[in-house]
This record gives sequence, structure tokens and C-alpha cells, in this order.
Amino acid sequence: MSVGPLLDIKDLYVHFHVFGGTLKVLDGVNFTVYSGEKVGLVGETGCGKTTTMKAVLRVLPMPPARIPGGEIYFKGRDILKMGAEELGRVRGEGISMVFQDPTAALNPVFTIGQQLGAVVRYSLAGGKRISRKEIHQRAVVALKEVALPDAERLLKNYPFQLSGGMRQRVCIAMAVAGSRELIVADEPGTSLDVSIQDQILRLLRRLVEEKNTSVILITHTLGVVREIADRVYVMYAGKMVEVATTEELFSRPLHPYTLGLMKAVPKLTGGGIADGIPGRIPDYLDPPGGCRFHPRCDQAMGVCSQEKPWFYRVSDDHEVACFLYREGGKEK
Amino acid sequence: MTDLLTATGLKKHFVIGQSGILKRKPITVKAVDGVSFAVREGETFGLVGESGSGKSTVAYTIIGMYQPTEGNIAFRGQSLFQGDKKRSSAVKKEIQIVFQDPGSSLNPRRTVKQIVELPLQIHQPEKDPLPKIVRLLEMVELPPDYVHKYPQMLGGGEKQMVAIARALATNPSFVILDEPTSALDVSIQAKIINLLIRLQEEFHLSYLFITHDLSLMRNVASRVAIMYLGKICEIAEAAEFFRNPYHPYTQMLLSSIPVVSAAEEELKPKKITSRGEIPSPVNVPSGCSFHPRCPEKMDLCSMEDPLMVEVEEGHTVRCHLFSPEQGGL
Repeated sequence: MSVGPLLDIKDLYVHFHVFGGTLKVLDGVNFTVYSGEKVGLVGETGCGKTTTMKAVLRVLPMPPARIPGGEIYFKGRDILKMGAEELGRVRGEGISMVFQDPTAALNPVFTIGQQLGAVVRYSLAGGKRISRKEIHQRAVVALKEVALPDAERLLKNYPFQLSGGMRQRVCIAMAVAGSRELIVADEPGTSLDVSIQDQILRLLRRLVEEKNTSVILITHTLGVVREIADRVYVMYAGKMVEVATTEELFSRPLHPYTLGLMKAVPKLTGGGIADGIPGRIPDYLDPPGGCRFHPRCDQAMGVCSQEKPWFYRVSDDHEVACFLYREGGKEK
Repeated sequence: MTDLLTATGLKKHFVIGQSGILKRKPITVKAVDGVSFAVREGETFGLVGESGSGKSTVAYTIIGMYQPTEGNIAFRGQSLFQGDKKRSSAVKKEIQIVFQDPGSSLNPRRTVKQIVELPLQIHQPEKDPLPKIVRLLEMVELPPDYVHKYPQMLGGGEKQMVAIARALATNPSFVILDEPTSALDVSIQAKIINLLIRLQEEFHLSYLFITHDLSLMRNVASRVAIMYLGKICEIAEAAEFFRNPYHPYTQMLLSSIPVVSAAEEELKPKKITSRGEIPSPVNVPSGCSFHPRCPEKMDLCSMEDPLMVEVEEGHTVRCHLFSPEQGGL
């Protein structure tokens, strides 16, 4: 296991060139995942969570997307500079992804066996030719790992014959098959009912802990990251605004955006909900200067519309990109 | 408080096909299968359930999109379904609905003015409806110049506000909120929920609030009913419901909620974890329909459907664990 970070995104910018101009979506994203770590990435719709991960896997449509700046290191190698063959190995053996909607992620005209078989061939066997029998055996093992009963029959089924929860289990089976080092789970339970979401999250946690895989869990639900992640990034309008260990973040949220989010979440303890955050996410064609949150921030100061805040370290395991904490913390 | 709307033994079955050699045996989905509840005046009655539990079918039956297969719904003591007679305009005005996805419940080819105007045209035509429309937009905290915008020019939260303004246009007393915020982000959800609470106080509205989000329910509902496969499992006052959930299904759902603080964690039942999935409503399990997933299943459960039992005042449960033969609690 390498000593440095497994995935290290440095000052990543992603722009989309569209008819009306340039959408400046990612605005200097910094993001790190260490080996064996479970990292949460929280943010509301349209904040750039999925764009970031698509950039990592290099599946952004280019054009219209363009990456004007930044580096994405996976085990010390810059993904953005990789050739097709090396990139293929990263996708096949290094990083895998679980998508939000398992119905869209699975191909409706192939059986589970055919789809899982392809994954087994490319990721487990590294593209070597292995016998059908062996592919079948490994696929059965993969389905058993995600606690799906009657694996033999399932392999002959088409996705529509499975329930939503079972489909997501199949997707997870594909993602964890072999010895992947990093799994990106993009809202894995959002399209499912709470009781099924709970099962899926527990399954995911069990598998990554058993295999010591790193996970990036993308979600807009704060409660979900609290259940799984060791460390959490909060993202707003194309930039990370706060990062801390899960315990620290939930007991001491600091960024005004994080605070607003926490207050807006309905609590089981009752007592009503705070009024949320005024305004809405900015237009990426013409985003506000300085800190992108300042037009919605109730503690905005003069400097906020002028300069972009850096990450300020408030404690060993807590950094905030907000000028409110410039004095207290020392600049990174 | 008096009951505004009462459903008694409400059933809605859909025939989805035929089986048997001669294709004479109908295949039915029992979307709603014997549901009774009452919504009191001025309260928010919460109806919770997973997808496929039949909660939206209840809503659509109340507004008259479906005729019930059996049972009845009464509004202010008057039955809403009297043979083939059409529902009177006065009753239609009083019962309105806000749908889950404002992106598809608002016509993209109409302006906000036209959208909000439609119920007015039908129920109380005026020569110049514009002042009334502007007043409605003000009520939902939208600026008056929004009248000329099209839905796609608005954000998700703003669209839902337009849908709320449309529902309030006829001065209803009863509004059904069918997952009004589940398509929205939390910060916007908070705004809409607080708006709904303010409107309820101002106009003395009664809500039937349908959602799958129990944490949200804790904050908006005065009473909560939980549905599973077309039947209600448990009804109680909100505070009691969350403090003292009796039905194993309620406990399972509560234990599955992702929460953000340790204080909430303590309220979650610990001993039950979620397992299995909701079965297809075409093949509902025999007896108590929850028995295949229930950790406290007894022999009786697969044979006999339990009855609703009032365990405490205002707290009813449909589970054999609490039926009189079992000695209650």
C-alpha cells in the first residue's frame, strides 16, 4: 500500500462551453482520499459533485466540457495525462462506480449474467481469456457477496425481473468484484425506499470494510454520510467549503453553508425546521465573484465578494473555506 | 376538534389483466385494501409509507380521480361518492391537491398567470382576475412579476410555490400534499414546509400530508398513520408515534432513518434492523401482509389478518402482538 493519498485532486477546474457562454462549474476543487478511507461528499443538486467524479473517471463529454486547469492523481499518476491503455486499466481494476439509479445503470437487453460476466472478465481476470465456467463461478461468488439469494437463477434474469433493491445489489456486486481500490458511490440509495437504502448502505459498508477498499460516497443527505464516512467534504457551487472528520463536522459545523444545511434537515427530535438558506445556487454562466456563497450568506463581509477564501485550518481534522475563520486558524 | 374528512373501509382495487385458461379470472392489485382514518379540522394528518404502499391512491381517490371499489369517504359528514352523481362544485373547491413533482404538474406552455387562473375560471370567474392572482403569489412569497414567467424559468422550489398558489386559488379548507418536497433539496424543502405551516395557521387549512420521510413527518404532522401494502398498520399522535412505536414495521422504518445527531440516534429503535423488500401488491402475503419481513412473526401471523386494536387512547395498531387474544401488551 502506497504512503501517499490514493486519489488526490488538485485545484481542478471544469468548464462547459455552451451556446450562451461558458459555464464555470468546478472552481478549484481540492479533494483527497487515502487508502482504506471512507469519504463523504455532500452538497445540493447542481453543486458539482457528480461532475467532479466524472472528471476523475474521465467520462465527461468533451466538448462541451473542458478542463482548463488542475490535476487528478490516482496512486501518484495524473489521470488527465494518461493514455487510453493505462486509463482503461484504472477503470477496469482501480476505480469503479455505483450510480444513483440502478435501472438506468444496467442494460435492459442483456441478462445479469452477461453484464456481470463482462465485469468479471475485464476487472477480475484483467482481460485474460478465462473459461465460461470460471466466469460463471466468479459471478455467482460476486452475487453471494452482496447477499442475493438464488444466484444461479438471477444470472439468467433480465434487470426488469429484479426489484430496485436487488438491481442496486447487482450494481454493487459489479463495483466490488475483484480488488478495486476505490469505489465511487453516487447517491446509491436515493432512488430506493428508506428501509432498502438502509440495507444497501449497510451492505456497502460491510464490503468495503472487509476488502479494505476506499469509498467516496456522494450524497445530498447529511444523515447518510454520517452513517458511513470517516471524513466528509461539503461542496457548494463548484468548490469545497468545509472538510472535517465525520464526528467533528456533525458536532461542530463551521461554514455558514454547512450550518444552514444542518438546520434545514428535519430532525427526529421534532421542534420544527429552520427556514433553510435564502436564494438559490448561482448561475454558472456568471457566478458571483469572491466566495461563491456570499450572496446567500448571512454573515458576509466586505472581503467575501472581493477575494476567494482559502482553506483555513481550525484544528487538525477540520478545515473551512471561509474568511470568518481566517483570524482564528492559521493559513494553510 | 371535529372530523373534517373520514375514510371508512376504503378499498381501491385495480384489474391489471386476466389469468386462467379462459382468461376469465381477473388479476387485481389491491392498492388500497380497507383503510379507515379521519382528518380533523385544522390538523396535519400524516400518511407515511414506502413506494407501492398505496398512499397516493388514497389521495387520488379523495380528489375523485378514482371511484372507490368499496367503502366510502365523507367530507363534512357528506359522502363524496353518491352513485353516479357528479361531485358538486362547492365540494371540489374545498378539496385541493399539491403534487410531488412540480416539473410535471405545471403545464410548460402556460404562464404562471394562466396556471393559477385556471381554477379561478372554473370555480369563481372574475372579469379581472389579475389582482387576485398577484395576491395569491404574494401569499406564497413570490414577486408579482412572476405572472408572466413560464414554469421552466423557475427553480424547483418556486415551481412548487406556484403549485401551492394554484391549490389555494379556490379558498379550500382541505389540501392534500402528496410528497410536496421530496423532489427538492433540504434547504428549499425547509422554506416550503415553513410556508405551508404559515398558510395553515392563516387560513385554518387541514392537510393530508403524504410522505415517505419520517423525520419530516415528526416536524409537520399532528397525527401520523403508517401504511403497508394498502393497509394502515398504526395510527397515533405524532409525539406518541415517535416515542412509542408499537408495530414492528414502524420500528423497522424508524431504525432505518439516517440521522444527523446523537440525540436522534437515541430515538431510533435498536433491536430491529431492516430486512427483505416490500412484496408485489399483486401477490400480497397471506394473513398479516408484513409477516415475511417481521422479526416477531408468530404462527398466527401467516394465517389470520390482525384487526386494528386501540392499545392506548388515540393509538391504534394492527398487529397480533397486541390483539386481545394475545393479552394485549
